[in-house]
Amino acid sequence: MIDSKEIKNITKLTPNKADFFKASSKNHSGKERFSKICESIEESIKRSGLKDGMTISFHHAFRGGDKVLNVVMDIIAKMGFKDLTLASSSLASVHDPLIEHIKNGVVTQIYTSGLRSKLGEAISKGLMEKPVQVHSHGGRVHLVKSGELNIDVAFIGVPVIDRFGNATGYKGRSKCGSLGYAMTDARYAKYVVAISESLEEYPSFPASITQDQVDSIVLVDEVGDPSQIGEGATRMTTNPKELLLARRAARVIVNSGLFKNGYSLQTGTGGASLATTIFLSEKMEEENITASFGLGGITGTMVYMLKRGQIKTLLDVQSFDEFAAKSLGENLNHIEISANQYANPSSKGAAIKQLDVVVLSALEIDINFNVNVLTGSKGILRGASGGHCDTAAEAKLSIIVAPLTRGRIPTIVNRVNTIITPGNTVDVVVTDQGVAVNPKNIELKQRLKKAGITVVEIEDLYKKAIKICGKPKPINYSDKVVATIRYRDGSVLDVVKALA
Amino acid sequence: MKLRRSMLFVPGSNTSMVCNAFVYRPDTVMFDLEDSVAIEEKDSARLMVYHALQHFTYDDMETAVRVNPLHSIYGLLDLEAVIRAGVDIIRLPKTDTVEDVLQMQEVIEKIEFKIGTDKKTKLLAAIESAQGVVNAVSIASCSDRLMGIALGAEDFVRDLHTQRTKAGSELMAARAQILLAARAAKIHAFDSVFSDVRDKEGFIREAKYIKDLGFDGKSLINPNQISVLHKIFAPSKNDVEWALDVIEASTNAKEKGLGVVSIDGKMVDAPVIARAQWTLELAKASGMLGGDE
Repeated sequence: MIDSKEIKNITKLTPNKADFFKASSKNHSGKERFSKICESIEESIKRSGLKDGMTISFHHAFRGGDKVLNVVMDIIAKMGFKDLTLASSSLASVHDPLIEHIKNGVVTQIYTSGLRSKLGEAISKGLMEKPVQVHSHGGRVHLVKSGELNIDVAFIGVPVIDRFGNATGYKGRSKCGSLGYAMTDARYAKYVVAISESLEEYPSFPASITQDQVDSIVLVDEVGDPSQIGEGATRMTTNPKELLLARRAARVIVNSGLFKNGYSLQTGTGGASLATTIFLSEKMEEENITASFGLGGITGTMVYMLKRGQIKTLLDVQSFDEFAAKSLGENLNHIEISANQYANPSSKGAAIKQLDVVVLSALEIDINFNVNVLTGSKGILRGASGGHCDTAAEAKLSIIVAPLTRGRIPTIVNRVNTIITPGNTVDVVVTDQGVAVNPKNIELKQRLKKAGITVVEIEDLYKKAIKICGKPKPINYSDKVVATIRYRDGSVLDVVKALA
Repeated sequence: MKLRRSMLFVPGSNTSMVCNAFVYRPDTVMFDLEDSVAIEEKDSARLMVYHALQHFTYDDMETAVRVNPLHSIYGLLDLEAVIRAGVDIIRLPKTDTVEDVLQMQEVIEKIEFKIGTDKKTKLLAAIESAQGVVNAVSIASCSDRLMGIALGAEDFVRDLHTQRTKAGSELMAARAQILLAARAAKIHAFDSVFSDVRDKEGFIREAKYIKDLGFDGKSLINPNQISVLHKIFAPSKNDVEWALDVIEASTNAKEKGLGVVSIDGKMVDAPVIARAQWTLELAKASGMLGGDE
């Protein structure tokens, strides 16, 4: 044993207590090592040291097929925990059972990108005392890194894992593809519980979540419902209005001045967005143009373009369908990225800062180009912030695609119910009844006009929408704030009030 | 001559289609009150079409209505409503003889007189039987209100004791007859609908074929077919360049007081200029010289 006098001048160091001059006492004869694997979710919660008032997190890569959040929350409730902050990267309609946990005081605060279905409705009617903090995908990482969102225990569902915590999403029965959002939690949470349905032999690499990030592992029967994880097969829409919007959006991109070899693009799900990708693919083939990368939520259409060599690389933070999920494991140029690498404004390198074109959807757009993707026409929370404001802010060209009216509801309005994406980051609005260009983009407006695209003023679109639908009655809100809209830098952009 | 490449069929009872059809910009929108409308919806469809025709969203689009036959209890009610609403064209449901057209014309004239309009509602005769095809020549020239004749293939093939095929040989005689009759009477000729909306290749093949035959346009049942059809009817880039040259040369000649000029050694006279103007019109409508597709 070292004589402590020898290091007395370096007082902060501690001497090793072992006596190396005696025979080794370590037993190698089959003694069990410490195992990360817990018998049950309950055991993992005990090991995590979870206490009342702490913050727990989940990710949304399983989308509507998530079988983790509800199960864990039920057990947490049964164990008697109260006053927890729930930080899920987003919430889907499958998470309606949270209503009970909120009523019972298990969950008293929520951070999320999206709220839908009965949960969204209940919160809109004033279910919670503390307002929900609605953040973007990039903004969530910023909140975590800046210390506001301090995750105590992350429960990370993964399709496949090894006994030491190396986990992936692109294989297994419940494959979800990229684990981009979970990667943030795995890195920053104080305690990480990985929950999986399939155990692989150690070491299982390449891994999205790695052994040095995982504290406990629980094996369950199922983490996801495969039929609900992907939004079904990637199918071309036959809806004529969506196709018209898509053709027009593609035409805007082609004539934007950015459509040249090496450009990059992001398109979302939804009929019009998906169809835009297909029309662009046709145009790229015609003009012999390849894209350097496709970003964001990746769909089968993007994978198809990757395989045909039309896109060189896919940067995938979330795989929207099973084609994308499978491709992530099969194609070397299909790369999984974390939410930090995708969109965090304070990241040293968010891919959106390299992005040329993004095509986005909207529930409402106002005459100042502000966009709402969260609250519906009745003022109820029924959408998600997602990467909307992140990509609009950073892409060279942000295009919002939406029909002028939906049924008898105008899409272009005087002022949006809720601002998710500020108008100064929106470049073009494509509707079925004309294309409006943000007045700050004089050059783009000229380009599009020159290409023969009918460019109209957004006020005229608004007037036309009102002429068709009439002016909707204002929504009757109370004074109680039910959700706070956090911009990507953490600042408060808007609030949603409870329905009166 | 008005451009009439696409005539979009819109069932008069389909609220969503009636409200939205204008956004697809067909050359002519045709609301149907006849076969696509169930008996119990005849009245509501008529009322809806009556309002749609007067709505500002259809202000700058040519409108047509296929009414029920005059011998049915709905025919006259349809006419009374849609002529009051200012429809541009009445599509006769089934035209076998000259009398069918004249009878319709008489009823329309009476309604127009009654309501005191100056508008002269045009007629489009749908030829849907062997008898109609045989009479096509006389039908085409029997009324100055008649702007065109159209082939209705489904009923026609039944009358012919055959069925529709991909190759379309069963329609060969009818198409030729209708086209020649229309051209001789200097009115428009329209081809029948292509019903299998999922068969895009088949639609393109048929549209190219009828364009080459000389038809002005085609009836369509799905808005997705409009841009495809317009693309087929669009002039080639070379044609457009030629047309631009012709117009430029003739404008220059006019300014200099010259009567006739030549391009590449070919004389540019009135018919050539007219063809060039038509080409440019078509190019514009196809989104080649500005304007939406």
